[in-house]
Amino acid sequence: MRKITLDRLDEFFAAVAGKLKLYIPVDTAGGAQFQQWRAGAKMSDALNTTRSAKDFFFPQTENLMEFKTEGKKIEIIDVRRENEDFAIFGVRACDVRSFDVLDRAFLSEPADTYYQNRREHGVIFSLACSKPAETCFCGTFGIDPANPKGDIVCYKTDDAIYMEAKTEKGANLMDSVSDIVAEDEGGDGESAVNAQKEIISERMKKLPLASLSTDKFGGDKTAKFFDDPAWKSLSESCLGCGTCTFVCPTCQCYDIKDFNAGNGIKRFRCWDSCMYSEFTKMSAGQPRLTQLERFRQRFMHKLVYYPANNDGMFSCVGCGRCLSKCPIQMNIVKVMKNLGEGGENNG
Amino acid sequence: MADMKEPLIPAIGEVVDIRMDTPDIKTFRVVTPDGKKAFDHRPGQCAMLSVPGVGEGMFSITSSPTNTEYMEFSIKKCGCVTEWLHSMEVGQQITIRGPYGNPFPVDDEFAGKNMLFIAGGVGLAPLRSVINYCRHYRDRYGRIDIVYGSRSKDDLLDYQEIINEWAVDEDVHVHLTIDREQEGWDGHVGFVPNYVKELGFDTENRIAVLCGPPIMIKFTLAGLCELGFEKTQMYTTLELRMKCGIGKCGRCNVGSKYVCKDGPVFRFDQLDELPDEY
Ligand SMILES: Cc1cc2nc3c(=O)[nH]c(=O)nc-3n(C[C@H](O)[C@H](O)[C@H](O)COP(=O)(O)OP(=O)(O)OC[C@H]3O[C@@H](n4cnc5c(N)ncnc54)[C@H](O)[C@@H]3O)c2cc1C
Ligand code: SF4
Ligand code: SF4
Ligand code: FES
Repeated sequence: MRKITLDRLDEFFAAVAGKLKLYIPVDTAGGAQFQQWRAGAKMSDALNTTRSAKDFFFPQTENLMEFKTEGKKIEIIDVRRENEDFAIFGVRACDVRSFDVLDRAFLSEPADTYYQNRREHGVIFSLACSKPAETCFCGTFGIDPANPKGDIVCYKTDDAIYMEAKTEKGANLMDSVSDIVAEDEGGDGESAVNAQKEIISERMKKLPLASLSTDKFGGDKTAKFFDDPAWKSLSESCLGCGTCTFVCPTCQCYDIKDFNAGNGIKRFRCWDSCMYSEFTKMSAGQPRLTQLERFRQRFMHKLVYYPANNDGMFSCVGCGRCLSKCPIQMNIVKVMKNLGEGGENNG
Repeated sequence: MADMKEPLIPAIGEVVDIRMDTPDIKTFRVVTPDGKKAFDHRPGQCAMLSVPGVGEGMFSITSSPTNTEYMEFSIKKCGCVTEWLHSMEVGQQITIRGPYGNPFPVDDEFAGKNMLFIAGGVGLAPLRSVINYCRHYRDRYGRIDIVYGSRSKDDLLDYQEIINEWAVDEDVHVHLTIDREQEGWDGHVGFVPNYVKELGFDTENRIAVLCGPPIMIKFTLAGLCELGFEKTQMYTTLELRMKCGIGKCGRCNVGSKYVCKDGPVFRFDQLDELPDEY
């Protein structure tokens, strides 16, 4: 356990940023966002960032490769440079779990090397949530915000941040800045952290979504939910805007497109959304004709198909982003509550 | 060999032969720039071809794995990439990555069986690979029947090979049909599903493999069921939109399966377990 008092936090950030690129959440006009730390940057007090931390490993757009053509000849250019180490400070328990969810997709054979390189180079400082929000339901998926995973786990109290390295990567980084944050030997660390955990656990029990359960879902439930009458009313007003998929830390669909810049051809990858009608459109037909099918796909994937392939793990971490961002107030909580209830009510 | 350690980065392929098969289907022969086969494959597997700057597309490898010199693709013109491919000349380089998908179980469930291949239109492309594999290892299979139909005589893919090679093989029985009467055609006229029923195959020790437009599959499947075929002895390939080919981009997800990785070859009883979204 190490301790840094809040009045020395800048010193700590400066020391870490001296070793590798450091990103912290800061307040912006568009809510809290991760930004590279610079002297004077102030860490946001917001519970979570508007966009999830998946951007670090799976950016919204990235250049996969370039091509040079000459006559009938083609040259393929791998434009990647060696990835640099970087650290993200303040990742919440839900978003840390989302990396597990993405890992299972991107690191399974054959591994996505673009994602893999970034994962190998990223160090995660997770931060326990002292004030979970009303839209939070990470507990539904067995995530404990009082005990987040991560390379270095942090607890913030009124006057200090306590940190504990949990992985070799985390320990190495902490050792390299030990002149700034020393081991808190015989200090108040343990009792302060335990008190924090206590507070968080009490708050979690009182959250409005605390009783939401995954019991009726799981990998073997395709037949049970696929033709549920509730899909109709749930999907009826969906605009197909894709906002829910873009803010979601576990959504992983992508498109690959070529772009001819005139002086060279780039092949890039960008996020895509199963909520879009173009997603599955083919010359021979369209397997998902209406928004109902597309809407159903997003939630069936999170609650049934993904768990079927991943030992029962769900592809939602209860971060609540889709609850606050959907323009029509539709979200996975309403879906979970209404499916399997035999009705078309979407309360 | 395409580098599977870098699954999205393709290899270079060179088009060394182009054959005009039908008014809208051309068959392309592809090798590496030093003249070799780009990678090994199994019957029914696919490859992602691309024209840099235009895009990628998934295509069945129509040549047999027993051909160790090159790969062939029969490609129907229907959009940006396929139009560009159709406008190519011999010597043009493209990119290629693969192989993708699960092959037909030619050495397991198919071994020792009488084979019934049923194809419509460009659906012959994936079957040609299996048919030529079975012809190559002829003694491993029983009687071979091939029912193949198209809109017209001019739309029959691989016509020369069918007539000059398949039809003359011992115990390979080719049954061609076209949708409507046409001058110079004295073969069968009618749709594939009806023709299959007319021919009336027995189900004994037989495997049926179907490939073609969804509507043909639907009616042929119904016809074969009437003839007494079980879903466990019938196979097909699915076609969904694809981008990555490696089960990650989410595009070809149906139920808990990714068609690019878990398919495109499926047995009909396996399809029954998937939601009806293909
Ligand atoms: C497993 C598999 C095997 C295939 N094998 C063959 C084959 O052997 N021969 C052959 O001619 N075609 C085959 N196809 C279809 C082929 O991939 C598409 O026709 C091709 O990618 C269309 O590309 P395009 O750029 O010319 O069309 P686009 O300009 O992109 O689009 C034209 C139309 O085709 C649709 N489309 C785009 N991508 C695909 C896609 N991947 N699959 C289906 N429709 C698409 C578009 O939505 C649009 O309606 C196969 C597809 C799959 C999934
Ligand atoms: S559920 Fe909401 S955010 Fe998602 S696509 Fe529909 S309208 Fe947009
Ligand atoms: S579905 Fe909603 S609550 Fe669940 S992880 Fe995605 S954005 Fe968060
Ligand atoms: S093509 Fe990307 S998941 Fe199948």
